[in-house]
Amino acid sequence: MSDLRDAEKKLEKAVFKEEFSYWKLFISTFMISAFTVGGGFVIIPLLKSKFVDEYGWMNENESLDLVSIAQSAPGLVAANASIIMGYRMGGFRGTAVALLATILPPLVTLTIISYCYDAFASNPYVRMFLKGMQCGVTAILVNVVLDLVLKQWKKKLVLPLLIMAGTFAASYFFKINIMYIILVDAVIGLFLMKESKYD
Amino acid sequence: MELLLELFISFAAVGLVCVGGGYASMPLIQAEVIDKHGWLTLNEFIDIFTISQMTPGPIGINAATFVGSKVAGIPGSIAATTGFVFPSVIIVLSLGYLYYKYGNVGPIRGILNGLRPAVVALIASAGVNFILLAFWNKEKLPVDIGKTDMVAVLIFVLTWIALKKKVGTIKLLASSGVLGLILYMAVGMRP
Repeated sequence: MSDLRDAEKKLEKAVFKEEFSYWKLFISTFMISAFTVGGGFVIIPLLKSKFVDEYGWMNENESLDLVSIAQSAPGLVAANASIIMGYRMGGFRGTAVALLATILPPLVTLTIISYCYDAFASNPYVRMFLKGMQCGVTAILVNVVLDLVLKQWKKKLVLPLLIMAGTFAASYFFKINIMYIILVDAVIGLFLMKESKYD
Repeated sequence: MELLLELFISFAAVGLVCVGGGYASMPLIQAEVIDKHGWLTLNEFIDIFTISQMTPGPIGINAATFVGSKVAGIPGSIAATTGFVFPSVIIVLSLGYLYYKYGNVGPIRGILNGLRPAVVALIASAGVNFILLAFWNKEKLPVDIGKTDMVAVLIFVLTWIALKKKVGTIKLLASSGVLGLILYMAVGMRP
């Protein structure tokens, strides 16, 4: 039943409020990537509001499905979203245009910053400033970790907790190559964690 | 040329296995860039991570660009960034195909369920490294508790409190930087 409804929703046609063009796709993705601080989870809602609410190039439900694919696939969420939304709106060329528009702004900004970093990082006052920021970012990271661990803990499932503990021990104490660890975890997931309670 | 290829492959490997966005990519980038290739020190890496948080754009792309550029200039930043997104293009388009054909994404769901808790553990292990470097200026255990950098601990605690009061990331990091400058000058210490 719910499958049927999903299929119906997908057939809902997007109502274009603005004519599609690759240039518009490029420039709007570019602007969002260039001026949004905070990474994928901030960028995605902006992409959605632009392409769904403002341009009407996709309908709401479809865009949510695409976002959930982007979020669950490996890689960067923002890049994934532009890949799949670009494809939906303009085929392979759409993917290329949207992806380029997503990575171009940080590519330019960060290349410039990295040259400045080399020039300034050894200055003792800059070092003090950077050291302060290191402590700040450590606090942010520790906070993210605690949130994530708590979320896993609250699910009260044995397997994810075992994977978490095992992976930590393997990487931190036994220094096993991360790629091997991830491969093992992926195989465990593939065979033992297909049920929806693990989602 | 060989270096560019290595950058591309390293970041493609990260892009292939990184599940859960920017934070998840950090321990993987660390494994490739510091532990395996020795392209950066942990100190530089944490600076990159910090700066990536404050500049616009996806955090992972920012980090890849910065690393690539430090290692091999502008060609390096292009190699690292394209390497990073290369596996995503293939995987995401395949998933899109499955979605439009069957309405679900099949066995990959199990794989992702297995990887999610693993990623938490990997970020946690990066977190331990960050703490060791911030408080003791060391990359590995054991540490000497007597030599704890109390200024660093203080900034950590203050940032934590501000974080709980929902202060935005940029403001948070900028003020922890200013705090670092003032406090380290005040105690006459060079971090």
